[in-house]
Amino acid sequence: MSGAALAIHQFRYDQRIFWRNPAAVFFTVMFPLIFLFLFAGLFGNQQIEELGVSVETYYVPGIITLAVVSATLVSLTMSLVIAREAGRLKRFRGTPLPGWAFIAGRVGNAIVVAAMMVVLVSLIGAVLFGVDLPTHTLPGLLLTLLVGSFTFCSLGFALSAAIPSEDAAAPITNATVLPLYFLSGVFIPETEIPEGVLHFADLFPIRHLFECFFAAFDPATAGAGILWGQLAFVAAWGVAGLLIAVRAFRWAPREH
Amino acid sequence: MGSGAEQAVITVAGLEKTYGEKPAVRGIDLEVLPGEIHAFLGPNGAGKTTTVEILEGYRERSGGEVSVLGQDPAHADRAWRARVGVVLQECRMEPKLTVRETLRLYAGYYPAPRSVEETVDLVGLGEQADVRAGRLSGGQQRRLDVAISLIGDADLLFLDEPTTGFDPSARRHAWEVIAGLRDLGKTVFLTTHYMDEAQALADRVTVIADGRIVATGTPDDLGGRQQAGSEISFLLPQSIAAGELPAAVASAISDRNGRTRLRTSEPTSVLNELTGWALQRGVELQQLEVRRPSLEDVYLELTGEHER
Repeated sequence: MSGAALAIHQFRYDQRIFWRNPAAVFFTVMFPLIFLFLFAGLFGNQQIEELGVSVETYYVPGIITLAVVSATLVSLTMSLVIAREAGRLKRFRGTPLPGWAFIAGRVGNAIVVAAMMVVLVSLIGAVLFGVDLPTHTLPGLLLTLLVGSFTFCSLGFALSAAIPSEDAAAPITNATVLPLYFLSGVFIPETEIPEGVLHFADLFPIRHLFECFFAAFDPATAGAGILWGQLAFVAAWGVAGLLIAVRAFRWAPREH
Repeated sequence: MGSGAEQAVITVAGLEKTYGEKPAVRGIDLEVLPGEIHAFLGPNGAGKTTTVEILEGYRERSGGEVSVLGQDPAHADRAWRARVGVVLQECRMEPKLTVRETLRLYAGYYPAPRSVEETVDLVGLGEQADVRAGRLSGGQQRRLDVAISLIGDADLLFLDEPTTGFDPSARRHAWEVIAGLRDLGKTVFLTTHYMDEAQALADRVTVIADGRIVATGTPDDLGGRQQAGSEISFLLPQSIAAGELPAAVASAISDRNGRTRLRTSEPTSVLNELTGWALQRGVELQQLEVRRPSLEDVYLELTGEHER
Protein backbone atom coordinates (compact mmCIF):
# COMPACT_ATOMS: atom_id res chain seq x y z
CA MET A 1 0.00 0.00 0.00
CA SER A 2 1.13 3.54 -0.65
CA GLY A 3 1.63 5.89 2.28
CA ALA A 4 -1.74 7.61 1.82
CA ALA A 5 -3.56 4.28 1.47
CA LEU A 6 -1.89 3.08 4.68
CA ALA A 7 -3.06 6.18 6.53
CA ILE A 8 -6.63 5.57 5.32
CA HIS A 9 -6.37 1.87 6.25
CA GLN A 10 -5.25 2.91 9.73
CA PHE A 11 -7.99 5.56 9.99
CA ARG A 12 -10.75 3.04 9.14
CA TYR A 13 -9.65 0.72 11.95
CA ASP A 14 -9.26 3.65 14.37
CA GLN A 15 -12.86 4.62 13.59
CA ARG A 16 -14.05 1.09 14.26
CA ILE A 17 -12.14 0.94 17.56
CA PHE A 18 -13.46 4.36 18.62
CA TRP A 19 -17.13 3.57 18.03
CA ARG A 20 -16.81 0.21 19.79
CA ASN A 21 -15.36 1.80 22.91
CA PRO A 22 -18.26 2.83 25.20
CA ALA A 23 -16.05 5.02 27.40
CA ALA A 24 -14.66 6.95 24.43
CA VAL A 25 -18.11 7.42 22.89
CA PHE A 26 -19.60 8.48 26.22
CA PHE A 27 -17.00 11.11 27.04
CA THR A 28 -16.68 12.45 23.50
CA VAL A 29 -20.26 12.28 22.22
CA MET A 30 -22.70 11.85 25.10
CA PHE A 31 -20.94 13.99 27.72
CA PRO A 32 -21.09 17.25 25.67
CA LEU A 33 -24.72 16.57 24.66
CA ILE A 34 -25.70 16.00 28.30
CA PHE A 35 -24.14 19.34 29.23
CA LEU A 36 -25.89 21.06 26.35
CA PHE A 37 -29.30 19.84 27.51
CA LEU A 38 -28.43 20.50 31.14
CA PHE A 39 -27.37 24.13 30.60
CA ALA A 40 -30.15 24.87 28.12
CA GLY A 41 -32.67 23.32 30.54
CA LEU A 42 -31.35 25.19 33.60
CA PHE A 43 -30.69 28.61 32.12
CA GLY A 44 -32.76 28.54 28.93
CA ASN A 45 -35.14 31.23 27.66
CA GLN A 46 -32.98 34.02 29.07
CA GLN A 47 -30.95 36.74 27.42
CA ILE A 48 -27.37 37.53 28.30
CA GLU A 49 -27.83 41.30 28.08
CA GLU A 50 -24.14 42.27 27.97
CA LEU A 51 -23.57 40.04 24.96
CA GLY A 52 -26.95 40.52 23.32
CA VAL A 53 -27.51 36.79 22.77
CA SER A 54 -29.78 34.10 24.24
CA VAL A 55 -28.32 31.64 26.74
CA GLU A 56 -28.71 28.87 24.14
CA THR A 57 -26.79 30.86 21.53
CA TYR A 58 -24.01 31.21 24.11
CA TYR A 59 -23.90 27.54 25.08
CA VAL A 60 -23.91 26.03 21.57
CA PRO A 61 -20.36 27.34 20.78
CA GLY A 62 -19.43 26.59 24.42
CA ILE A 63 -20.41 22.95 24.07
CA ILE A 64 -18.77 22.81 20.63
CA THR A 65 -15.53 23.93 22.30
CA LEU A 66 -15.94 21.18 24.90
CA ALA A 67 -16.69 18.59 22.21
CA VAL A 68 -13.75 19.52 19.98
CA VAL A 69 -11.32 19.41 22.91
CA SER A 70 -12.79 16.06 24.01
CA ALA A 71 -12.56 14.52 20.53
CA THR A 72 -8.98 15.66 20.05
CA LEU A 73 -6.94 16.28 23.20
CA VAL A 74 -8.82 14.10 25.71
CA SER A 75 -9.69 11.15 23.50
CA LEU A 76 -6.29 11.09 21.78
CA THR A 77 -4.28 11.34 25.00
CA MET A 78 -6.20 8.49 26.61
CA SER A 79 -6.06 6.17 23.62
CA LEU A 80 -2.36 6.86 23.03
CA VAL A 81 -1.38 6.18 26.63
CA ILE A 82 -3.48 2.99 26.76
CA ALA A 83 -2.05 1.69 23.48
CA ARG A 84 1.49 2.62 24.52
CA GLU A 85 1.30 0.91 27.91
CA ALA A 86 -0.30 -2.19 26.33
CA GLY A 87 2.76 -2.44 24.06
CA ARG A 88 0.76 -1.83 20.89
CA LEU A 89 2.60 1.33 19.84
CA LYS A 90 5.90 -0.49 20.19
CA ARG A 91 4.46 -3.35 18.15
CA PHE A 92 3.39 -0.97 15.37
CA ARG A 93 6.99 0.25 15.29
CA GLY A 94 8.06 -3.33 14.56
CA THR A 95 6.01 -3.37 11.33
CA PRO A 96 6.55 -1.52 8.05
CA LEU A 97 3.76 0.93 9.00
CA PRO A 98 5.37 4.41 8.83
CA GLY A 99 5.04 6.38 12.05
CA TRP A 100 3.41 9.30 10.24
CA ALA A 101 0.70 7.02 8.77
CA PHE A 102 -0.17 5.84 12.27
CA ILE A 103 -0.34 9.44 13.49
CA ALA A 104 -2.40 10.50 10.45
CA GLY A 105 -4.92 7.75 11.18
CA ARG A 106 -5.34 8.87 14.79
CA VAL A 107 -5.50 12.58 13.95
CA GLY A 108 -7.93 11.88 11.09
CA ASN A 109 -10.15 9.97 13.46
CA ALA A 110 -10.09 12.85 15.97
CA ILE A 111 -10.91 15.47 13.33
CA VAL A 112 -13.79 13.46 11.86
CA VAL A 113 -15.34 12.97 15.30
CA ALA A 114 -14.79 16.65 16.15
CA ALA A 115 -16.41 17.77 12.88
CA MET A 116 -19.33 15.42 13.45
CA MET A 117 -19.87 16.92 16.91
CA VAL A 118 -19.80 20.48 15.52
CA VAL A 119 -22.57 19.52 13.08
CA LEU A 120 -24.56 17.58 15.70
CA VAL A 121 -24.43 20.29 18.39
CA SER A 122 -25.22 23.03 15.84
CA LEU A 123 -28.24 21.12 14.52
CA ILE A 124 -29.58 20.37 18.00
CA GLY A 125 -29.12 24.05 18.84
CA ALA A 126 -30.98 25.12 15.71
CA VAL A 127 -33.83 22.61 15.86
CA LEU A 128 -34.50 22.47 19.61
CA PHE A 129 -33.27 25.83 20.88
CA GLY A 130 -33.78 28.16 17.93
CA VAL A 131 -30.09 29.03 17.63
CA ASP A 132 -29.17 30.54 14.26
CA LEU A 133 -26.80 28.41 12.23
CA PRO A 134 -23.68 30.24 11.00
CA THR A 135 -24.02 31.38 7.38
CA HIS A 136 -21.64 34.19 6.44
CA THR A 137 -19.45 33.18 9.42
CA LEU A 138 -19.08 29.60 8.10
CA PRO A 139 -15.45 30.26 7.02
CA GLY A 140 -14.68 31.32 10.59
CA LEU A 141 -16.32 28.19 12.00
CA LEU A 142 -14.45 25.85 9.65
CA LEU A 143 -11.10 27.56 10.12
CA THR A 144 -11.55 27.46 13.91
CA LEU A 145 -12.36 23.75 13.71
CA LEU A 146 -9.24 23.14 11.64
CA VAL A 147 -6.85 25.20 13.77
CA GLY A 148 -8.42 23.89 16.99
CA SER A 149 -8.07 20.29 15.83
CA PHE A 150 -4.42 20.82 14.92
CA THR A 151 -3.63 22.46 18.24
CA PHE A 152 -5.44 20.05 20.51
CA CYS A 153 -4.18 16.97 18.63
CA SER A 154 -0.62 18.26 18.99
CA LEU A 155 -1.24 18.89 22.67
CA GLY A 156 -2.67 15.35 22.97
CA PHE A 157 0.52 13.80 21.64
CA ALA A 158 2.57 16.06 23.92
CA LEU A 159 0.45 15.39 27.01
CA SER A 160 0.52 11.62 26.44
CA ALA A 161 4.31 11.76 26.79
CA ALA A 162 3.94 13.31 30.25
CA ILE A 163 1.56 10.61 31.54
CA PRO A 164 3.42 7.72 33.15
CA SER A 165 0.75 5.02 33.26
CA GLU A 166 -2.63 3.91 32.00
CA ASP A 167 -4.21 4.59 35.41
CA ALA A 168 -2.96 8.18 35.39
CA ALA A 169 -4.32 8.98 31.90
CA ALA A 170 -7.89 9.94 32.83
CA PRO A 171 -7.12 11.89 36.03
CA ILE A 172 -4.29 13.91 34.49
CA THR A 173 -6.18 14.68 31.28
CA ASN A 174 -9.34 15.73 33.10
CA ALA A 175 -7.43 17.74 35.68
CA THR A 176 -5.89 19.63 32.78
CA VAL A 177 -9.05 20.55 30.90
CA LEU A 178 -11.91 20.63 33.43
CA PRO A 179 -10.75 23.73 35.37
CA LEU A 180 -10.14 25.52 32.07
CA TYR A 181 -13.72 24.84 30.92
CA PHE A 182 -14.97 26.68 34.00
CA LEU A 183 -12.45 29.51 33.84
CA SER A 184 -12.77 30.03 30.08
CA GLY A 185 -16.51 30.61 29.93
CA VAL A 186 -17.39 27.23 28.47
CA PHE A 187 -19.49 26.06 31.44
CA ILE A 188 -20.32 29.44 32.98
CA PRO A 189 -21.17 32.50 30.85
CA GLU A 190 -18.16 34.77 30.72
CA THR A 191 -20.28 37.65 31.98
CA GLU A 192 -20.44 35.84 35.36
CA ILE A 193 -16.65 35.39 35.56
CA PRO A 194 -14.44 38.03 37.24
CA GLU A 195 -12.16 39.97 34.92
CA GLY A 196 -8.98 38.69 36.58
CA VAL A 197 -10.00 35.08 36.10
CA LEU A 198 -10.67 35.66 32.41
CA HIS A 199 -7.23 37.25 32.06
CA PHE A 200 -5.74 34.11 33.58
CA ALA A 201 -7.78 31.90 31.23
CA ASP A 202 -6.54 34.03 28.34
CA LEU A 203 -3.12 32.42 28.81
CA PHE A 204 -4.53 29.06 27.62
CA PRO A 205 -5.92 28.03 24.25
CA ILE A 206 -9.37 26.85 25.36
CA ARG A 207 -10.56 30.40 26.10
CA HIS A 208 -9.46 31.62 22.65
CA LEU A 209 -10.95 28.59 20.90
CA PHE A 210 -14.27 29.39 22.57
CA GLU A 211 -14.12 33.04 21.50
CA CYS A 212 -13.58 31.94 17.89
CA PHE A 213 -16.52 29.51 17.97
CA PHE A 214 -18.68 32.11 19.73
CA ALA A 215 -17.95 34.67 17.03
CA ALA A 216 -19.21 32.20 14.43
CA PHE A 217 -22.57 31.89 16.23
CA ASP A 218 -22.94 35.51 17.42
CA PRO A 219 -25.54 37.21 15.15
CA ALA A 220 -23.70 40.51 15.70
CA THR A 221 -20.54 39.22 14.04
CA ALA A 222 -19.86 40.91 10.73
CA GLY A 223 -17.97 39.37 7.83
CA ALA A 224 -16.48 35.86 7.76
CA GLY A 225 -16.16 35.66 11.52
CA ILE A 226 -12.47 34.90 11.58
CA LEU A 227 -10.74 36.12 14.73
CA TRP A 228 -7.19 36.11 13.41
CA GLY A 229 -5.57 37.15 16.67
CA GLN A 230 -7.25 34.44 18.73
CA LEU A 231 -6.65 31.83 16.04
CA ALA A 232 -2.96 32.72 15.92
CA PHE A 233 -2.78 32.33 19.70
CA VAL A 234 -4.43 28.90 19.50
CA ALA A 235 -2.13 27.88 16.65
CA ALA A 236 0.94 29.00 18.64
CA TRP A 237 -0.05 26.59 21.41
CA GLY A 238 -0.36 23.91 18.74
CA VAL A 239 3.13 24.58 17.43
CA ALA A 240 4.48 24.45 21.00
CA GLY A 241 2.64 21.14 21.53
CA LEU A 242 4.02 19.79 18.28
CA LEU A 243 7.60 20.68 19.26
CA ILE A 244 7.19 18.98 22.63
CA ALA A 245 5.56 15.94 20.99
CA VAL A 246 8.37 15.56 18.47
CA ARG A 247 10.93 15.51 21.29
CA ALA A 248 9.05 13.64 24.01
CA PHE A 249 6.52 11.33 22.35
CA ARG A 250 7.38 7.71 22.97
CA TRP A 251 6.28 4.41 21.44
CA ALA A 252 7.59 2.06 24.11
CA PRO A 253 5.73 1.45 27.38
CA ARG A 254 6.95 3.49 30.32
CA GLU A 255 5.95 1.04 33.05
CA HIS A 256 8.62 -1.64 33.00
CA MET B 1 30.89 -15.80 8.01
CA GLY B 2 29.85 -18.29 5.36
CA SER B 3 28.68 -17.66 1.83
CA GLY B 4 25.82 -18.65 -0.48
CA ALA B 5 23.17 -20.79 1.19
CA GLU B 6 25.02 -20.69 4.50
CA GLN B 7 25.05 -16.87 4.64
CA ALA B 8 24.14 -16.11 8.24
CA VAL B 9 20.78 -14.40 8.85
CA ILE B 10 22.08 -12.69 11.97
CA THR B 11 25.72 -11.85 12.59
CA VAL B 12 26.81 -10.11 15.77
CA ALA B 13 30.41 -9.23 16.57
CA GLY B 14 31.59 -7.59 19.77
CA LEU B 15 28.15 -6.17 20.59
CA GLU B 16 28.14 -3.86 23.59
CA LYS B 17 25.38 -1.96 25.34
CA THR B 18 25.79 0.30 28.33
CA TYR B 19 23.01 2.04 30.24
CA GLY B 20 24.68 5.04 31.81
CA GLU B 21 27.61 3.50 33.67
CA LYS B 22 26.12 0.02 33.80
CA PRO B 23 27.15 -2.44 31.10
CA ALA B 24 24.26 -4.73 30.08
CA VAL B 25 25.91 -6.48 27.14
CA ARG B 26 29.71 -6.85 27.28
CA GLY B 27 30.93 -7.72 23.80
CA ILE B 28 29.03 -10.71 22.46
CA ASP B 29 29.37 -12.67 19.21
CA LEU B 30 26.47 -14.53 17.70
CA GLU B 31 25.56 -16.20 14.44
CA VAL B 32 22.14 -17.41 13.39
CA LEU B 33 21.91 -19.54 10.26
CA PRO B 34 19.06 -19.59 7.75
CA GLY B 35 16.19 -21.94 8.57
CA GLU B 36 17.28 -22.71 12.11
CA ILE B 37 15.44 -22.24 15.36
CA HIS B 38 18.01 -20.58 17.56
CA ALA B 39 17.20 -20.44 21.27
CA PHE B 40 18.65 -17.60 23.31
CA LEU B 41 18.77 -18.51 26.98
CA GLY B 42 19.78 -16.60 30.05
CA PRO B 43 18.64 -15.57 33.52
CA ASN B 44 16.66 -12.36 34.01
CA GLY B 45 18.92 -9.35 33.77
CA ALA B 46 21.56 -11.24 31.76
CA GLY B 47 21.19 -8.94 28.75
CA LYS B 48 18.77 -11.13 26.81
CA THR B 49 16.04 -8.59 26.07
CA THR B 50 18.58 -5.82 25.46
CA THR B 51 20.29 -7.98 22.83
CA VAL B 52 17.03 -9.00 21.16
CA GLU B 53 15.80 -5.41 21.05
CA ILE B 54 19.02 -4.29 19.39
CA LEU B 55 18.58 -7.04 16.79
CA GLU B 56 14.95 -5.98 16.27
CA GLY B 57 15.99 -2.37 15.73
CA TYR B 58 14.26 -1.07 18.88
CA ARG B 59 17.43 -0.10 20.71
CA GLU B 60 20.69 1.50 19.74
CA ARG B 61 23.90 -0.27 20.62
CA SER B 62 26.93 1.23 22.32
CA GLY B 63 29.48 -0.72 20.28
CA GLY B 64 30.17 -3.65 17.98
CA GLU B 65 28.81 -4.78 14.64
CA VAL B 66 25.33 -6.12 13.96
CA SER B 67 23.90 -7.41 10.71
CA VAL B 68 20.35 -8.77 10.44
CA LEU B 69 19.21 -9.92 7.00
CA GLY B 70 22.19 -8.06 5.58
CA GLN B 71 21.29 -4.72 7.15
CA ASP B 72 22.15 -2.82 10.28
CA PRO B 73 18.88 -2.87 12.27
CA ALA B 74 19.72 0.56 13.72
CA HIS B 75 19.16 2.00 10.22
CA ALA B 76 16.46 -0.35 9.03
CA ASP B 77 14.05 0.69 6.29
CA ARG B 78 10.47 -0.41 5.62
CA ALA B 79 11.54 -3.19 3.25
CA TRP B 80 13.68 -4.68 6.06
CA ARG B 81 10.79 -4.35 8.54
CA ALA B 82 8.59 -6.32 6.15
CA ARG B 83 11.02 -9.25 6.35
CA VAL B 84 11.15 -9.34 10.14
CA GLY B 85 8.33 -10.58 12.39
CA VAL B 86 8.30 -9.73 16.08
CA VAL B 87 6.53 -11.12 19.14
CA LEU B 88 7.24 -8.84 22.08
CA GLN B 89 7.57 -10.14 25.59
CA GLU B 90 4.37 -8.39 26.50
CA CYS B 91 1.69 -6.92 24.29
CA ARG B 92 -2.06 -6.68 24.84
CA MET B 93 -3.90 -6.52 21.53
CA GLU B 94 -6.62 -3.98 20.79
CA PRO B 95 -9.51 -5.46 22.83
CA LYS B 96 -12.26 -4.09 20.55
CA LEU B 97 -11.08 -5.77 17.34
CA THR B 98 -11.77 -9.41 16.54
CA VAL B 99 -9.00 -11.88 15.76
CA ARG B 100 -9.74 -11.62 12.04
CA GLU B 101 -9.93 -7.81 12.08
CA THR B 102 -6.66 -7.54 13.99
CA LEU B 103 -4.92 -9.70 11.42
CA ARG B 104 -6.43 -7.73 8.54
CA LEU B 105 -5.22 -4.49 10.14
CA TYR B 106 -1.64 -5.80 10.35
CA ALA B 107 -1.82 -7.56 6.97
CA GLY B 108 -2.40 -4.13 5.42
CA TYR B 109 1.09 -3.01 6.48
CA TYR B 110 2.92 -5.64 4.40
CA PRO B 111 3.64 -5.82 0.68
CA ALA B 112 2.87 -9.56 0.41
CA PRO B 113 0.97 -10.75 3.46
CA ARG B 114 -0.07 -14.32 4.17
CA SER B 115 -3.72 -15.29 3.95
CA VAL B 116 -5.59 -14.20 7.10
CA GLU B 117 -7.71 -17.38 7.23
CA GLU B 118 -4.69 -19.64 6.82
CA THR B 119 -2.78 -17.81 9.54
CA VAL B 120 -5.74 -17.98 11.93
CA ASP B 121 -5.83 -21.75 11.43
CA LEU B 122 -2.07 -22.09 11.71
CA VAL B 123 -2.08 -20.75 15.28
CA GLY B 124 -5.24 -22.68 16.14
CA LEU B 125 -7.60 -19.71 16.50
CA GLY B 126 -10.01 -20.82 13.77
CA GLU B 127 -12.93 -21.04 16.18
CA GLN B 128 -12.12 -17.64 17.71
CA ALA B 129 -11.74 -15.77 14.41
CA ASP B 130 -14.75 -13.55 15.14
CA VAL B 131 -14.10 -13.15 18.86
CA ARG B 132 -12.82 -9.79 20.05
CA ALA B 133 -9.27 -9.91 21.39
CA GLY B 134 -10.45 -8.59 24.76
CA ARG B 135 -12.45 -11.78 25.27
CA LEU B 136 -9.61 -14.21 24.48
CA SER B 137 -7.78 -16.14 27.21
CA GLY B 138 -4.16 -15.23 27.94
CA GLY B 139 -2.89 -18.15 25.87
CA GLN B 140 -5.18 -17.28 22.95
CA GLN B 141 -4.02 -13.64 23.05
CA ARG B 142 -0.44 -14.84 22.85
CA ARG B 143 -1.32 -17.00 19.86
CA LEU B 144 -2.90 -13.97 18.21
CA ASP B 145 0.37 -12.17 18.87
CA VAL B 146 2.27 -14.98 17.14
CA ALA B 147 -0.23 -14.84 14.26
CA ILE B 148 0.46 -11.10 13.83
CA SER B 149 4.19 -11.80 13.62
CA LEU B 150 3.46 -14.32 10.85
CA ILE B 151 0.97 -12.27 8.84
CA GLY B 152 3.64 -10.37 6.90
CA ASP B 153 5.24 -13.66 5.79
CA ALA B 154 8.57 -12.49 7.21
CA ASP B 155 11.76 -14.52 6.71
CA LEU B 156 13.00 -14.00 10.25
CA LEU B 157 10.94 -14.17 13.43
CA PHE B 158 11.88 -12.90 16.86
CA LEU B 159 9.84 -14.66 19.53
CA ASP B 160 10.48 -13.21 22.98
CA GLU B 161 9.31 -15.71 25.61
CA PRO B 162 6.31 -16.73 23.50
CA THR B 163 4.92 -19.34 25.91
CA THR B 164 5.31 -17.57 29.25
CA GLY B 165 2.16 -18.09 31.28
CA PHE B 166 0.85 -20.97 29.15
CA ASP B 167 -0.59 -24.12 30.65
CA PRO B 168 1.15 -27.34 29.57
CA SER B 169 -1.28 -28.17 26.75
CA ALA B 170 -1.18 -24.63 25.35
CA ARG B 171 2.61 -24.81 25.47
CA ARG B 172 2.62 -28.09 23.52
CA HIS B 173 0.39 -26.50 20.92
CA ALA B 174 2.60 -23.42 20.66
CA TRP B 175 5.62 -25.66 20.19
CA GLU B 176 3.91 -27.36 17.26
CA VAL B 177 3.26 -23.93 15.73
CA ILE B 178 6.88 -22.85 16.21
CA ALA B 179 8.24 -26.15 14.90
CA GLY B 180 5.93 -25.66 11.91
CA LEU B 181 7.70 -22.35 11.16
CA ARG B 182 10.89 -24.28 10.47
CA ASP B 183 8.96 -26.33 7.90
CA LEU B 184 7.91 -23.05 6.26
CA GLY B 185 11.60 -22.21 5.90
CA LYS B 186 11.57 -19.40 8.48
CA THR B 187 14.50 -18.56 10.70
CA VAL B 188 13.42 -18.22 14.33
CA PHE B 189 15.28 -16.44 17.12
CA LEU B 190 13.58 -17.68 20.25
CA THR B 191 14.13 -16.17 23.67
CA THR B 192 13.03 -18.40 26.49
CA HIS B 193 13.81 -19.39 30.04
CA TYR B 194 12.23 -22.82 29.72
CA MET B 195 14.89 -25.47 29.16
CA ASP B 196 12.38 -28.04 27.91
CA GLU B 197 11.26 -25.52 25.30
CA ALA B 198 14.81 -25.06 24.02
CA GLN B 199 15.37 -28.81 24.12
CA ALA B 200 12.18 -29.50 22.16
CA LEU B 201 12.52 -26.78 19.54
CA ALA B 202 16.01 -25.45 19.09
CA ASP B 203 18.54 -26.51 16.50
CA ARG B 204 21.11 -24.46 18.38
CA VAL B 205 21.25 -22.76 21.73
CA THR B 206 23.19 -19.74 22.92
CA VAL B 207 23.44 -19.01 26.63
CA ILE B 208 24.05 -15.48 27.89
CA ALA B 209 24.92 -14.64 31.49
CA ASP B 210 25.93 -11.31 32.92
CA GLY B 211 26.21 -9.76 29.45
CA ARG B 212 28.51 -12.42 28.02
CA ILE B 213 27.96 -15.53 25.93
CA VAL B 214 28.89 -18.49 28.12
CA ALA B 215 28.07 -21.32 25.73
CA THR B 216 26.70 -22.05 22.31
CA GLY B 217 25.90 -25.34 20.60
CA THR B 218 23.18 -27.84 19.87
CA PRO B 219 20.93 -28.70 22.82
CA ASP B 220 22.59 -32.12 23.02
CA ASP B 221 26.20 -31.01 23.29
CA LEU B 222 25.83 -27.61 24.92
CA GLY B 223 28.57 -26.89 27.42
CA GLY B 224 30.26 -30.24 26.75
CA ARG B 225 27.11 -32.08 27.74
CA GLN B 226 27.92 -34.84 25.28
CA GLN B 227 31.25 -35.46 26.96
CA ALA B 228 30.03 -34.89 30.47
CA GLY B 229 29.07 -38.53 30.72
CA SER B 230 26.42 -39.99 32.97
CA GLU B 231 25.83 -39.71 36.62
CA ILE B 232 25.23 -42.85 38.68
CA SER B 233 23.73 -42.39 42.11
CA PHE B 234 22.25 -44.62 44.79
CA LEU B 235 21.69 -44.93 48.54
CA LEU B 236 24.26 -47.09 50.25
CA PRO B 237 22.94 -48.91 53.36
CA GLN B 238 24.44 -47.44 56.52
CA SER B 239 25.96 -50.80 57.43
CA ILE B 240 28.33 -50.52 54.47
CA ALA B 241 31.29 -48.16 54.60
CA ALA B 242 32.23 -46.22 51.45
CA GLY B 243 35.64 -47.85 51.50
CA GLU B 244 34.07 -51.23 50.86
CA LEU B 245 32.83 -50.20 47.38
CA PRO B 246 34.55 -51.77 44.37
CA ALA B 247 37.43 -50.01 42.64
CA ALA B 248 35.39 -48.71 39.72
CA VAL B 249 33.19 -46.77 42.13
CA ALA B 250 36.01 -45.58 44.36
CA SER B 251 35.78 -42.02 43.05
CA ALA B 252 32.19 -41.71 44.28
CA ILE B 253 31.32 -39.03 46.78
CA SER B 254 28.52 -38.86 49.28
CA ASP B 255 26.31 -35.76 49.00
CA ARG B 256 24.60 -34.07 51.92
CA ASN B 257 21.48 -36.23 51.52
CA GLY B 258 23.58 -39.32 51.99
CA ARG B 259 23.39 -40.20 48.30
CA THR B 260 26.46 -41.70 46.74
CA ARG B 261 27.22 -40.11 43.39
CA LEU B 262 29.77 -40.46 40.66
CA ARG B 263 30.28 -39.29 37.10
CA THR B 264 31.54 -41.64 34.43
CA SER B 265 32.00 -41.75 30.70
CA GLU B 266 31.71 -45.58 30.79
CA PRO B 267 28.42 -46.20 32.58
CA THR B 268 27.99 -49.75 31.26
CA SER B 269 31.14 -51.25 32.75
CA VAL B 270 30.93 -49.21 35.95
CA LEU B 271 27.33 -50.27 36.46
CA ASN B 272 28.24 -53.88 35.73
CA GLU B 273 30.97 -53.90 38.34
CA LEU B 274 28.81 -52.06 40.87
CA THR B 275 25.75 -54.30 40.54
CA GLY B 276 27.93 -57.44 40.41
CA TRP B 277 29.52 -56.38 43.67
CA ALA B 278 26.13 -55.61 45.21
CA LEU B 279 24.64 -58.95 44.20
CA GLN B 280 27.66 -60.78 45.54
CA ARG B 281 27.49 -58.94 48.88
CA GLY B 282 23.71 -59.21 49.03
CA VAL B 283 23.42 -55.41 49.26
CA GLU B 284 20.35 -53.65 47.87
CA LEU B 285 21.33 -50.36 46.17
CA GLN B 286 18.22 -48.36 46.81
CA GLN B 287 17.07 -45.63 44.40
CA LEU B 288 19.75 -46.61 41.90
CA GLU B 289 19.70 -44.10 39.05
CA VAL B 290 21.67 -43.46 35.89
CA ARG B 291 21.13 -40.17 34.11
CA ARG B 292 22.69 -37.76 31.72
CA PRO B 293 22.90 -34.17 32.85
CA SER B 294 19.80 -32.42 31.48
CA LEU B 295 20.01 -29.20 29.50
CA GLU B 296 18.78 -27.53 32.66
CA ASP B 297 21.69 -28.97 34.69
CA VAL B 298 24.15 -27.68 32.13
CA TYR B 299 22.39 -24.31 31.98
CA LEU B 300 22.37 -23.87 35.74
CA GLU B 301 26.01 -24.82 35.90
CA LEU B 302 26.91 -22.40 33.12
CA THR B 303 24.97 -19.43 34.43
CA GLY B 304 25.65 -20.20 38.10
CA GLU B 305 29.36 -20.56 37.54
CA HIS B 306 29.38 -17.22 35.88
CA GLU B 307 27.73 -15.44 38.78
CA ARG B 308 30.49 -16.46 41.16
